[in-house]
Amino acid sequence: MARVIVDVMLKPEILDPQGRAVQGALGRLGLEGVTSVRQGKHFVIELDGDLDSDRAAALDRLAGELLSNPVIEDFTLTVVDA
Amino acid sequence: MTIDTVDRAESSPDVSQPYADLGLKDDEYARIHEILGRRPTSSELAMYSVMWSEHCSYKSSKVHLRLFGEKKPETDALLVGIGENAGVVDIGDGWAVTFKVESHNHPSYVEPYQGAATGIGGIVRDILSMGARPIAVMDPLRFGPLDAPDTARVLPGVVAGIGGYGNCLGLPNIGGEVIFDPSYAGNPLVNALCVGAMRHEDIHLASAKGVGNLVVLYGARTGGDGIGGVSVLASETFDAEGSAKRPSVQVGDPFMEKLLIEATLEVLHAGLVEGIQDLGGAGISCATSELASNGEGGMHVWLDRVLLRDPTLSPEEILMSESQERMCAIVRPDRINDFLARCAKWEVEAVVIGEVTDSGRLTIDWHGERIVDVPPRTVAHEGPVYQRPFARPSSQDALQADGPGRLARPSTPEEIRAAVLALVGSANLASKSWVTSQYDRYVLGNTVLAQPEDSGMVRVDEVTGRGVAVSTDCNGRFAKLDPYAGAQLALAESYRNVSVTGATPLAVTNCLNFGSPEDPGVMWQFAEAVRGLADGCLELGIPVTGGNVSFYNQTGDVAILPTPVVGVLGVIDDVTRRTPMSWRNAGDSIYLLGDTRDEFGGSEWAHLQGHLGGVPPRVDLGQERALSRVLVDGSQSGVIRAAHDVSDGGVAQALVEMALRSGTGADVSIPESIEPFVFCCSESAARAIIVIRPDQESALLALCNDSAVPVMRIGTVTTDAHLTFGSFGFPLDELRRVHESPIPAALAG
Repeated sequence: MARVIVDVMLKPEILDPQGRAVQGALGRLGLEGVTSVRQGKHFVIELDGDLDSDRAAALDRLAGELLSNPVIEDFTLTVVDA
Repeated sequence: MTIDTVDRAESSPDVSQPYADLGLKDDEYARIHEILGRRPTSSELAMYSVMWSEHCSYKSSKVHLRLFGEKKPETDALLVGIGENAGVVDIGDGWAVTFKVESHNHPSYVEPYQGAATGIGGIVRDILSMGARPIAVMDPLRFGPLDAPDTARVLPGVVAGIGGYGNCLGLPNIGGEVIFDPSYAGNPLVNALCVGAMRHEDIHLASAKGVGNLVVLYGARTGGDGIGGVSVLASETFDAEGSAKRPSVQVGDPFMEKLLIEATLEVLHAGLVEGIQDLGGAGISCATSELASNGEGGMHVWLDRVLLRDPTLSPEEILMSESQERMCAIVRPDRINDFLARCAKWEVEAVVIGEVTDSGRLTIDWHGERIVDVPPRTVAHEGPVYQRPFARPSSQDALQADGPGRLARPSTPEEIRAAVLALVGSANLASKSWVTSQYDRYVLGNTVLAQPEDSGMVRVDEVTGRGVAVSTDCNGRFAKLDPYAGAQLALAESYRNVSVTGATPLAVTNCLNFGSPEDPGVMWQFAEAVRGLADGCLELGIPVTGGNVSFYNQTGDVAILPTPVVGVLGVIDDVTRRTPMSWRNAGDSIYLLGDTRDEFGGSEWAHLQGHLGGVPPRVDLGQERALSRVLVDGSQSGVIRAAHDVSDGGVAQALVEMALRSGTGADVSIPESIEPFVFCCSESAARAIIVIRPDQESALLALCNDSAVPVMRIGTVTTDAHLTFGSFGFPLDELRRVHESPIPAALAG
């Protein structure tokens, strides 16, 4: 079995209103010194069998088309168990 | 890192600058040299390039837009005219409203959700900067064919963006349009309208008055939003590491905007503000140069005081950033602490970035070094003006000669029934509730009418019930066949949509969406549309209060249908006396007002046959005015119980919409004097369907007679769930299924 992790984050320069809201809430709830919070998405994808190059390429493509919005987001794709 | 200062510009006159990459022409760059007597610094170049862009300077449209002022009708209603952030009209009892529509077409194509969301945010700040509380929004939208793959990408994103931003902000979305045409496939139109209300004494203007007064920037921090273009400059002055490609997508934060609205209204009402301006396109460049230019003529800014979201931004980028949810206010020094305290109360960051001077110059420093020293008028108001060549395209004659007469017409009852059903279920005429249900239409509790009614209507005064009605309309096919008449038909339809609700039309805004102004054919369409609209407004007696021009809407060399979207605003003394669009009482009589002619050029029926040619329906604004009088007087006197505009799809479509809205049917008889298909589907203008109690017939006839409006009884409201047209008819279940399924079916999954 193969396990692939896809992490999606807003590009660094893009405003993250939700992250800002969380940052504000952390401060209000007593945590001092929070300088930045960025919020993203974390996908854990499990596949039967080995991750061959075709399926790896398909995953890479779909991470850009389905899992993230390449206009404003970056993604990283990590194979955990090959 | 080296900063391009004024001193450096003087000592290095021969540095080559990337003005062409910033969209400036050779002669425009030469003119900047002439104005400054030296080469511009890179910051000055950034400011001029963005302020002299088509979007900010209206350089191609200015010479034509003057017509709106020159042909302005005599009216006492206009309190603030064209040129300010938005026009303001008097609606009586000391109330004023401001409204405006703007385009956010290109950003919405790149990133549908954020593009549409920030379109709402921008127009709301325009309204806010006049001192008004925003009370409603609406969105005229146009996309490629409903079944095109890209429509499935763009439309749901746009609708979610409008809903997401507007709903979070707590503003009702009370109407708009959703129209499909192949010409919008690579260039959707996302226009946004906002209405705001205020007391007369609360009107504020964008000017920096009073030497020594402070310039305050407040709201969200400045980041790298919307500055894709200037990265050329950044890469000039920065080392390689600093010139990372900046995103051009602006991201909106509606919760910040809500705080900005409340903070702004509080400081305005407390009398703490001398002048105010929202930050939209061109950001700080635009706000500082316009405020200075409108006021004492001078301003000094310490740019390094601007609060940044991204500390690596260069001064050029800060000047151009289009980060959302920011405002700029001019505040007296003795009131600044109060101002800052009130901002802090709303958790809105505010910082003094400059002061008003009488130097006649806009000077900007970056860490003690002078990076901008310009006459602000040359940036804000004295940009280039183009007399673009325009010419009626040679293909126009052939287009108009190819009328819909050659199309095979339905003639038997079965054929007409099938044609009506095809219209009812066509993308353009189908129910848009899939879209409008994603918008909050009733938040704030003052919405009286919203989609699918003819106009959106909101209560302004909660005691007297005084309110406003707004509609936006445009049939781009009519404008393609004849831009002059097409613009007038858009105006007439919007005017009629306001009138059928019982509101008196008062003022006009517009969003003129066209192709490239460098194409003489497109420029001709634009010039004709503006002339048509200006003449039309003069004849109807309602002034244009402002608007927006969007050029370069095209895919490759193919321009969109010319789309002059017209918004009309009307006033009603008491919203409880509004006229709804549909009947409620069986036995009531149904009348058609206005003349029906054989007019199918540019019609929805011809569009379904894949045909666009001929001439649009005849325009008779005198008749529109008379019809409006009957509709408004008939509403006020209680004669008219329901009224609905007849336009796209004709009488049959209008009756279907009324029946579906009401849930009960009607027996309609097709008059013998008219060809049945023409009666059902022609799109002649200046018509409406109205419903009265049978014993009110003589009162109605007297009203119509007084205004010389043709009137014809065409049917009776029944208790059946059937809509019949004599020899054919429809169960309402069938109509509902056909009318409501196309949009969800196309966009599901």
